[in-house]
Amino acid sequence: MKELVCIVCPNSCLLKIEEKDGEIIVKGAKCKKGAEFAKEELTAPKRSLSSTIKSVFACLPVVPVRTEGEVLKKDIAAVMKAINAAVIDKPYSVGEPIITNVAGTGTNVICTVEIKRYI
Amino acid sequence: MERTDVLVIGAGPSGLAASLEAAKKGAKVTILEREARAGGILKQCIHDGFGLIRFGERLSGCEYAERYLKEVTEQDNIEIKLQTFVCEIKRVLEGFLVSATSNSGMIRLLAKAIVLATGCRERTAKQVNIQGSRPQGVMTAGAAQHYVNLLGGLPFERCVILGSGDIGLIMARRLTLEGAKVLGVYEILPSPSGLTRNIHQCLIDFDIPLHLSHTVTRVFGEEKLNSVEVAQVDECFRPIKGTEQIIECDGLMLSVGLIPENEIAEQLGVEIDPATKGAFVNENMMTSVPGVFSAGNALHVHDLVDYVSECSAIAGSAAAEYNRQANKLLTLQKEGFLYIVPQRISLGKEKKVPLYFRAKKDMPKAHFTLTLNGQVILQKRLSNLKPPEMVKLEAQIPPLTQGDNLLAKLEEL
Repeated sequence: MKELVCIVCPNSCLLKIEEKDGEIIVKGAKCKKGAEFAKEELTAPKRSLSSTIKSVFACLPVVPVRTEGEVLKKDIAAVMKAINAAVIDKPYSVGEPIITNVAGTGTNVICTVEIKRYI
Repeated sequence: MERTDVLVIGAGPSGLAASLEAAKKGAKVTILEREARAGGILKQCIHDGFGLIRFGERLSGCEYAERYLKEVTEQDNIEIKLQTFVCEIKRVLEGFLVSATSNSGMIRLLAKAIVLATGCRERTAKQVNIQGSRPQGVMTAGAAQHYVNLLGGLPFERCVILGSGDIGLIMARRLTLEGAKVLGVYEILPSPSGLTRNIHQCLIDFDIPLHLSHTVTRVFGEEKLNSVEVAQVDECFRPIKGTEQIIECDGLMLSVGLIPENEIAEQLGVEIDPATKGAFVNENMMTSVPGVFSAGNALHVHDLVDYVSECSAIAGSAAAEYNRQANKLLTLQKEGFLYIVPQRISLGKEKKVPLYFRAKKDMPKAHFTLTLNGQVILQKRLSNLKPPEMVKLEAQIPPLTQGDNLLAKLEEL
């Protein structure tokens, strides 16, 4: 039996995973997201990634961003590289994509502040 | 002199939620914020996990703040005064007389009710008695977060973290992503103090070691930090001789706890609960001083902003409707809790009251009961309770009268 801590929400459920006749059985989750998380974590673990991108605006030297969806754990370094190479020079809105299909992951890097509020 | 109905101190998540709710009740609201931007600590919380309860979405702290800012700026009856710092509040016949410094000099305001949404502050190196010199490179996790996420700098290249609070864990991941080496997290307690999921997604994911029952005993370096000494501790938290180790590093980040900020509350004579280090409040979040409300992390340190918004909305709404009638209260008795908020409930009509609490110790299975004069009015089986993880339950409380015994009990099964 394998144990995993679910990171989907702050409940941090302790998941107990058993394999029976080739099927993965997940126990200990308070909601159905736990089972989905466990199955993904065992096959292709994903994380959402937050960082900042430097900007040309003096009052906002860096702009907070995150991946819109989750990216494979193994792609995190490549996504960080793309984020570190970018520069923001226009007032993006909350949720607006800044880098589309970042590092070929199929997800976008989105802005998480309303830049025009601050410049 | 300017007059306002509800004066809110602080434009963080608590102040924004309180203002919005007060404005919706028709009150004229003035927010005083010392910083140049509203949003409070959420401005530097670029990581996600916010808003699951409030919005049913996984937002970053910044996005969570933006949702409230958008609504607040759409309300005509809310004014935010930025870079304004409260110096003094006096109780006067018509309410409260507030003096503050601002870019246009000293300002005075007369308010009918006050919401203290001043948040909390991090414990510093001096508050945990670290021995040695005072070199550059020793800072709180929140300060490091400010450097990295707001200013775009990297305060150190090789760092040690003391304390396993959530901000420290989040920063361990953040610094690693930015190219710094986090050598280890040292926690004096035998169990981590941050959320379990943060131990996993911030430390285990990045192979950062967590050393429980360990602490930093000394720091070395004249102008800049060059190393720290760590040691294992015994059950009385005394360093064990022979376990000392020197670690070369240029940064020591502290994540050793948060303390509600209540300087203004104390000035007003608000009674403080030693268990929460915030005000004693009733179910409307009103303190022992009539007309003064307290909410968010100034009231007790929350682990989720969603609950900060929730209790602040209650405070804001009650502040808007506040009239100067004396209100009689009953103290909620407690057993098995680290603390429970509200600590007092007003007498009179039946009401729905959210109860926010933390267990006294780890309880894998527990039974919560709320009784009124021995009669059970709410009971619930709870699992996986830990002091670092706050729990909220909603209670329907029947009309109370003086002399009633309202008792909340948490028993381990």
